[in-house]
Amino acid sequence: MSAMFKLVGKPAPRHDAWAKAKGDQLYSDDFTMPGMLYGKALRSKYPAAIIKSIDTSKAKALPGVHAVLTAKDVPMNVEISKFGQMKDVGGGFEGLYKVLADGKVRFKGEAIALVAAETEELAEEACRLIEVDYEVQPGVFDPEEALKPGAYIVSSDEGENESNLIMESHINKGDVEKAFAEADVIVENEYRVPPVDHAYLETEGGVAWVDDNGVITMRVGTQVLEHYRTIAKVMGLPQNKVRNMSVPMGGGFGGKEDITVETFLCLLANATKRPVKMVWSREESLEVHSKRHPEILRYKTAATKDGKITAQKVEIIMDGGGYKLLTGWVQMYSTVNAPGCYNIPNVKVDSYSALTNNTPSSANRGFGCCQANFASELQMDELAAKLGMSPLEIRLKNCLRNGDEICTGFIPQGHIALEEIAKKAWEGLEATGPKPDYVDGKKIGRGLAIGMMSYGRLTFMHDSSRVGLRIELDGSVTLRAGVPDLGGGQASVLCQIVAEELGIPMEKVHPYIMDTHLTPLCGTTTATRQLYMSGNAALVTVKVLKERIIKKAAEMLDAKPEEVQLINEKACLINNPLKSVPFVQVVGALSNDGVELFHEGQFNAPFTDVPNLHDMKGRIWPDFTYSAHAVEVAVDEETGKFEVRKVVLCYDVGKAINKNSCEGQLEGGCVYNQGYVTENMGWENGITKARSFAEYLIPTAVDAPEIETIMVESGGGLGPYGAKGVGEPADNSIAPAIVNAIYDAVGVRLKEMPVTPEKLLKAIQEKNK
Amino acid sequence: MEISLHVNGKTYRLNVDPRKRLIDVLRDDLNLTGTKEGCGEGECGACTVILDGQAVNSCLVLACQARDKEILTVEGLARNGELDSLQKSFIEHGAVQCGFCTPGMLMSAKALLIKNPHPTEQEIKEAVAGNLCRCTGYNKIIAAIKKVAEDS
Repeated sequence: MSAMFKLVGKPAPRHDAWAKAKGDQLYSDDFTMPGMLYGKALRSKYPAAIIKSIDTSKAKALPGVHAVLTAKDVPMNVEISKFGQMKDVGGGFEGLYKVLADGKVRFKGEAIALVAAETEELAEEACRLIEVDYEVQPGVFDPEEALKPGAYIVSSDEGENESNLIMESHINKGDVEKAFAEADVIVENEYRVPPVDHAYLETEGGVAWVDDNGVITMRVGTQVLEHYRTIAKVMGLPQNKVRNMSVPMGGGFGGKEDITVETFLCLLANATKRPVKMVWSREESLEVHSKRHPEILRYKTAATKDGKITAQKVEIIMDGGGYKLLTGWVQMYSTVNAPGCYNIPNVKVDSYSALTNNTPSSANRGFGCCQANFASELQMDELAAKLGMSPLEIRLKNCLRNGDEICTGFIPQGHIALEEIAKKAWEGLEATGPKPDYVDGKKIGRGLAIGMMSYGRLTFMHDSSRVGLRIELDGSVTLRAGVPDLGGGQASVLCQIVAEELGIPMEKVHPYIMDTHLTPLCGTTTATRQLYMSGNAALVTVKVLKERIIKKAAEMLDAKPEEVQLINEKACLINNPLKSVPFVQVVGALSNDGVELFHEGQFNAPFTDVPNLHDMKGRIWPDFTYSAHAVEVAVDEETGKFEVRKVVLCYDVGKAINKNSCEGQLEGGCVYNQGYVTENMGWENGITKARSFAEYLIPTAVDAPEIETIMVESGGGLGPYGAKGVGEPADNSIAPAIVNAIYDAVGVRLKEMPVTPEKLLKAIQEKNK
Repeated sequence: MEISLHVNGKTYRLNVDPRKRLIDVLRDDLNLTGTKEGCGEGECGACTVILDGQAVNSCLVLACQARDKEILTVEGLARNGELDSLQKSFIEHGAVQCGFCTPGMLMSAKALLIKNPHPTEQEIKEAVAGNLCRCTGYNKIIAAIKKVAEDS
């Protein structure tokens, strides 16, 4: 089959690679407009306080200041966000989104007022002149404390002001208590995972203006173009009066999934009738945009003496921070993935999320799944150690295989390659040579972790995507798609699919993307869904046009349509390629016949009903991508410092449509969550201590390990040509593999990240006592 | 104050605020927006340019400190429409994802290869250790630079 592909499966450079390598690509901060003002937000000094009054008179009086706005100036300051194109699902899923703080301040750095001024310096000065009278509150910073009766209540808004509980969800499968009573061994542990910043190189920013027809228009890089609907509500405008001509992002990773600067810019542009630019500083970005959910995960596992797991009981407490945002959605991922990628007959999961006065938690690559994967993969090694089994053995004994059901009773449709990829990753590492005891005086250890993570959104969100194509009269193609491109090659792969089907070079397909007024809406670049959803939409769309072309070509070649193929910019007979007609001539003939040379097609994901959160059953996502990471670390027993030396990662990617992009995602995700083990926001009572890249340390080129990437292509995915999504699953099992490798090296397993040299050294010293 | 800057082979006479950073003059006054700002304090390397043969963070240099010096930015890498071999290699290796770190990464790599045309892998890693990338995991970037060094 693969031999038939001309483009699919090749490591094609992306359409935008040249502009990016030349420095020509324009990002959010690279636009300026005549008469442009600078926007700035005044942010709360305290994580918990009541705003008693705000006096903006001095700021307004400053020459060069054109607008100072507070909550009372926002047409609809509080909106229950629907997050893109989903239907109403109710419950704890719908996050209250507030533009500017009023009543209670919920986290340090929450925006209280907005300023537009002629220079950045003036805007900053105006912010300093705004007088806010705060009544400081005690606040609550621990999600377990927040859930206790009598806890400080984070919100003063209706619907949230009685309890800090955001959502609880439960899974009950079989009878865990009976299994624990009958178990040969029981392992019980508590794990803690920290907040994580996305640390994209480009901070949040953009430009907005009111166009000559009164449309509020912006150039803001976002993962969710569909936020224009929420922005319209906030502005009190119809949805067709708000437009985002979005730009490629300098990284997203979930951090540009919630609204960032959009509403601030639109409000300021509307108030001043001048273009306004706002770009957040790195400090602002680290402090105020949402982080990965910190979680406490308590595991109790029962197994037989030969290593078969009979029960898994998990309790999860999630810190949602000051606003709900996407916590309810993230909670689905943590809850359903809590038992791990294993076939376990008896499962009980109870998960709770709470508002606190910490920076809000929301989407971050891995979306609740990597928290649960971290805990469950450490738990597997704890069990293996207790039983005297190897990490590979215990996983092969229990991992999901085709036909097995997950904890909700759903049997995945896509191929499950866990056994194969776990072996390949581990054997790949072993093939690099026998493990030395020491290298350069450092103790060497090897570890393994595997995982599964969905691609495509939760099925009860009824997801869909659309792509538009127009064949030009010279045989080139214009592809229109509202696909936010955050650097993963989301748009380029659509061109590759269209070019493959039409038998033309990829350069002949030009993508016009990310304009809410002009491009068909593709839905969010989140949930590892663009290749699956928009790739399928592109395929659906191009096939309609292909059929028209082939039908006409058959007429011209005096053949039947099923005898004709499109290849090398020609339509030719499959059995006699010399009998052909140029693609462009067929297009001309169709145009002459008055046949439509354009089409917009839609792809719908499988739809399900909202699950009963007290007893979650059935399908929750379309399908899963399976991962395995085998890791070698070197630990300095004198200092507690460690380095990741080698990683062999193995994924079933279904079909690697663009080999470079696919490998790039897998390697990038690997290093992204290598950082999960060590990155430290330094939260203390709602204060972020890591406010620069000098304090928030992400992996550098020197820290990154040598990575061997093994891609299995089972063809068993639900995406185009059997592809699976890899963007988020790419970071799934690396962090636990590192921590398990440290255990192999020095015999201690830290169950709480970040793993700092201090903590590791202390644990080594205690063990050696 | 009046200064002359030699940027990508052209000389510019500019009247700049003495407090203005080189990055701002490049981006705002000369419209060379290929140089990116990621942190404003020399930690991320996105604003790297080559100043008299040295890779520097243009957010840490005042424009007036660069007076009369030779500045090379990402826009100056291509010669007569022909991309620099580093740019070509980055494209071929898939070393460009979001692209925001790419200009700075290219300039650090270029500065390395000017001084040391045949670096070891460790020397390559150290040369770009000040350029953060959150997308690629660095492996393809290192491979792209290594290939250029090997072919030269």
